[in-house]
Amino acid sequence: MPLFTLKNMSKIIKELVIEQGTVLLNGETFFKGESTEIGPFLKSLYKHLELKYGKYFKMDLLSKLGFLGAEILIDGANEIVPETDEVALVFANASSSLNTDANYQESIADIPSPAVFVYTLPNIVIGEISIRHKFYGEHMFFIQTEYNKEELLKYTESLFAETNTKYAIVGWLEVDMNNEYNAQLMLCSK
Amino acid sequence: MSELKEELKAKLIEQLNLEDFEVSDIDDNDPLFDDEGLALDSIDALEIIVLLEKEYGIKLDDPKKGKDIMQSVQTLADFIEKNRK
Repeated sequence: MPLFTLKNMSKIIKELVIEQGTVLLNGETFFKGESTEIGPFLKSLYKHLELKYGKYFKMDLLSKLGFLGAEILIDGANEIVPETDEVALVFANASSSLNTDANYQESIADIPSPAVFVYTLPNIVIGEISIRHKFYGEHMFFIQTEYNKEELLKYTESLFAETNTKYAIVGWLEVDMNNEYNAQLMLCSK
Repeated sequence: MSELKEELKAKLIEQLNLEDFEVSDIDDNDPLFDDEGLALDSIDALEIIVLLEKEYGIKLDDPKKGKDIMQSVQTLADFIEKNRK
């Protein structure tokens, strides 16, 4: 059953919140980590999901957060099949990739790390999710001062209306300079 | 040489975030860039170049040689033995 119906009859199928060491799925506790610190917490969530995806460990924190959020939303959503342009990815945050940018700046003092450099854009997380599921659809990463759910849903509605998009993973994906993190994601359908 | 290869495996795991691997999982002749080996990618190749410079003081002057040097832990260790400062 859809949780919420948008103006144009699009539906929010699932809602996910990841913050302070806890994952809430549709308002209920899905996972609680032993640590709230982002690194150990995301690692424990990855293990909990029993994923086998070596490339995960190479990702920056923002990509790890979005990747795991997408995995939880897509799991069990049998209507979402790989190799499709019908799934859109629409995210927003306030800090862009600043957390990784700072790490990269630190590495410049010695020999710059190419593996860190490739994550110095916020939309790389979209690439990681797309590579994993072979999504070729619409995508956007907004930088906003605060989470504006209505605005993101309005943008998603326009994708449903004007493009081939039938499903969308939409929401807020934030990791700031102090490693504070917050994800508020939705799986929507046309 | 054997010590260098073990050290190199540990450094590769650490530097390239190969958390699914233990030193004992990597054979000296496993292909580094093949799905049957470590399945590394082009960014990993750049990280190995950084590792050679940072850890062993070796600058790879001719990028064309990279493909031969980075076949396996064995070929990397051979190259380091010949060129380390």
